[in-house]
Amino acid sequence: MNVPFEKVLEKKESYFKYLRLDKLPTIWCPGCGIGQALKATCMALYDLGIDNDQVAMVSGIGCSSRTPGYFDGFTLHTTHGRALAFATGLKLFKPELTTIVFTGDGDCFAIGGNHFIHAARRNIDVTVVMINNWIYGMTHGQVSPTTPLGSQTTTTPGGNYEPNFDVAELAKAAGATYVARGTAYHVTELKKLIQDGIKHKGFSFIEVLSPCTIIYGRKNRMTFEEMYMWLKENTIPVKAWEKLPEEKRAGKLPRGVLYHDDSRPEYTEVYWNRVKQLSGGEK
Amino acid sequence: MAVKGIVEVREDWCKGCNICASVCPTKVLELDKVRAVMTVAHPEKCIGCKQCEMICPDFCIYVFTPEEYKEIASA
Ligand SMILES: Cc1ncc(C[n+]2csc(CCOP(=O)(O)OP(=O)(O)O)c2C)c(N)n1
Ligand code: SF4
Ligand code: SF4
Ligand code: SF4
Ligand SMILES: [Mg+2]
Repeated sequence: MNVPFEKVLEKKESYFKYLRLDKLPTIWCPGCGIGQALKATCMALYDLGIDNDQVAMVSGIGCSSRTPGYFDGFTLHTTHGRALAFATGLKLFKPELTTIVFTGDGDCFAIGGNHFIHAARRNIDVTVVMINNWIYGMTHGQVSPTTPLGSQTTTTPGGNYEPNFDVAELAKAAGATYVARGTAYHVTELKKLIQDGIKHKGFSFIEVLSPCTIIYGRKNRMTFEEMYMWLKENTIPVKAWEKLPEEKRAGKLPRGVLYHDDSRPEYTEVYWNRVKQLSGGEK
Repeated sequence: MAVKGIVEVREDWCKGCNICASVCPTKVLELDKVRAVMTVAHPEKCIGCKQCEMICPDFCIYVFTPEEYKEIASA
């Protein structure tokens, strides 16, 4: 570097403002997409003018759940699958905190599936950034509820034979009121999706398709670049997707805001109104 | 033609994943395969699009406008 790093920090405040510099570089493997999701989240907060002490990041266990370790706000690294249970408690007690959950496909939909559907059903105002890398990365490659059919994992020799969830549809069906899909390739777009999710008052779910380069990629014989190219070529902006004939949709996924409903009451508000009603007092 | 962007890499954070180089539209960047760090091999070709900076998973490649760069380099 030919310039002092403090000057770089000033110019790149939009993400460095929210990072614990002494913890960098991250533990993530080269090319892993979780870093872009963290960057997009920081930039979203920056543009919304939310300060470090106004935001809490909560996670479970997994590579994706390591994210709060690098985040310079309130952070809570909890047990596997339980991020949403902790986040629910936190948000209820501190409704003024912007609450973001970082989770993975295993953390959120295998062990944490039950917490997920109930947090969505309640429409509590938390923003879930779910890193979908199609595998259990941290534990070296077991099948997950989102592993595509036919993919190689350590627990499905000969290729995955289990049908997978469409997690966006699942979130919507469970009661989420903002559902979006972005990718680690389309980072500017991802920032906007997360930003709108944070702004939305209610349960927001953002699925981030993210290459697990070292475990999923290696097992499935894809190079880093091929994994990113896959995201570029096989995800389609939702407007174009709507016009796409059924036969051209096979193997592809829409990205963007998939569902948005502002009509349902938010849980924290409902809860505190009830408390007020029953106690006759203020919180 | 004047350059539109000036690129810096913080080498001690770079993991040599090559993702930034693979998205650069004008092939400014080249991986040093021995040291496994990104290098700015053709700075004169940079169009300042910031795609490399946005996609870097490791917060270690930065694009500046010439004006910004002048300001921070002289500080
Ligand atoms: C109760 C419990 N069961 C199992 C584990 C082991 N474990 C750690 S991470 C993980 C899977 C994580 O997968 P995912 O949420 O997709 O995260 P990724 O690493 O892929 O980002 C498992 C099963 C654990 N830590 N705790
Ligand atoms: S194992 Fe996969 S998900 Fe975990 S850090 Fe490495 S590339 Fe990322
Ligand atoms: S700013 Fe654009 S043109 Fe310049 S190095 Fe980065 S990707 Fe290439
Ligand atoms: S994307 Fe970042 S970490 Fe990867 S090679 Fe480029 S500068 Fe290094
Ligand atoms: Mg995973």
